[in-house]
Amino acid sequence: MLESVRRLGRLALRFLQRLGKATLFLLGLLGALAALCKRPGLIVKQLYSLGVLSLPIIAMSGLFVGMVLGLQGYANLVDFGATSTLGTVVALSLVRELGPVLAALLYAARAGSALTAEIGLMKVTEQLACMQMMAVDPFARVFAPRFVAGFIAMPLLAGIFTAIGVLGGYFVAVKQLGVDSGAFWSQMQASVGLVDDVIKGVVIKSIAFGWVANWIAVFEGYDAIPTSEGISLATTRTVVNTALVVLALDFVLTAIFFGV
Amino acid sequence: MSAVTHSAAIPIPDAAPLITVRNLSFRRGSRIIFENVDLAIPRGKITAIMGPSGTGKTTLLRLIGGQIRPDAGRIDVDGACVHELGRRELYQLRKRMSMLFQSGALFTDLSVYDNVAFPLREHTRLPESFIRTLTLMKLEAVGLRGARHLMPSELSGGMARRAALARAIALDPMMIMYDEPFSGQDPITMGVLVKLIRTLNDALGLTSIIVSHDVKETASIADYIYLISDGSVVDHGTPQALEHSRSGWVEQFLHALPDGPMSFHYPAPTYAHDLALAEGPALA
Repeated sequence: MLESVRRLGRLALRFLQRLGKATLFLLGLLGALAALCKRPGLIVKQLYSLGVLSLPIIAMSGLFVGMVLGLQGYANLVDFGATSTLGTVVALSLVRELGPVLAALLYAARAGSALTAEIGLMKVTEQLACMQMMAVDPFARVFAPRFVAGFIAMPLLAGIFTAIGVLGGYFVAVKQLGVDSGAFWSQMQASVGLVDDVIKGVVIKSIAFGWVANWIAVFEGYDAIPTSEGISLATTRTVVNTALVVLALDFVLTAIFFGV
Repeated sequence: MSAVTHSAAIPIPDAAPLITVRNLSFRRGSRIIFENVDLAIPRGKITAIMGPSGTGKTTLLRLIGGQIRPDAGRIDVDGACVHELGRRELYQLRKRMSMLFQSGALFTDLSVYDNVAFPLREHTRLPESFIRTLTLMKLEAVGLRGARHLMPSELSGGMARRAALARAIALDPMMIMYDEPFSGQDPITMGVLVKLIRTLNDALGLTSIIVSHDVKETASIADYIYLISDGSVVDHGTPQALEHSRSGWVEQFLHALPDGPMSFHYPAPTYAHDLALAEGPALA
């Protein structure tokens, strides 16, 4: 019993220690933003690798999720003769929840893990230490550009995911299942509010998810034990922790914005 | 191992050294890496710091570069106490010192040319045409002007180290620290590196510190050698003087003798005890 309490205490201490380290790291990132403003090229380069190269998986996943929503929605609504509301179902599901959450999870798997592995390997191969010895701050040159680029890319990817998802739902509902096109779009337009759904849903959520996903990814790379096993563990932690934090944060934000 | 230690009052080899280390102590956890180490690196010379693997040679370079802080003692580089400097001053100092890492530490997402141009782009506002000229000059000095378009993954180990050397001299530093520059190199590459280090040191008026356990190559170009082991300076002097050292440890190390004061075995319980063949005291 005492041993269990001790172990729990140790785990809690370790967690707090890492949280403190991650917070200090975040402060370092924010401190490097001023220097980064003078060199937007560093952000643009990372935007390409984190954002543009993530587009295929985001677009494909959005399309399939939207198509599945169209099929599932139709199968349930057809019994009530309410297939005209299918546009609303697809759009609200994507805008409020699935768009930002799934885009964040996919981002963590595609770009977050790559960020962690890249930074971790830079540590293993002494590139970060070398940079420091050259009087170049890795926070300004390596970490902050990646963090900011990922933070910008995340809401854009979530928006693209959502838009393509809606198109996927439209394709299945209207083109395949014969739902009226006018009803699909007009119902959607009438039910989806810009502030209540789009801003509070996909925009704010994806900004919050972008913040934590990139913070975790960059920190895990920075904090990785410089061995092959260390990099592997850090990469795994990035994906697992991002998924857990994004889902927990989604619950909190949903409770705040949409809770009764 | 019974190391011959006399680090307490080591005389400085030359007047006005570029780097002085006084009473340096550094630990990792409970393990002592350095205990009251004193040494001095003279200006314009090549000083070698040698010793067996795991004796903290690389750690010493990191201490001199201010990447880690000593537990006690003082390290002065060109008159400035490294670990008392603020971040801005330390970075200013680092612009004048350079380090060649064991792995080369080339930035893998940049070509050889961009790697060498990197410090110039980071620290100067020179026009790109001027940076190009400087970069090609540095690459010419290490014989890699023709390889400027290659990526680090396309280089051999020796070429990577030469490219890293070109990058290390890009800002015309006052000193270069070489971390195991010869390890894992074929004899020809090793010869090339030995010649390059000596030539660059003399041509550019540098101060060089070579950390290595490649005795022959290092001794061939070093003006002064410090031998460290078990956290302290075992002996020091010119290569010729150390050749005639009476220390058993020095003789064993310099001539790569399998038997001598340096133990082959890591400290362990007695063999018989481990095999459960004997009772009694566990430690050898």
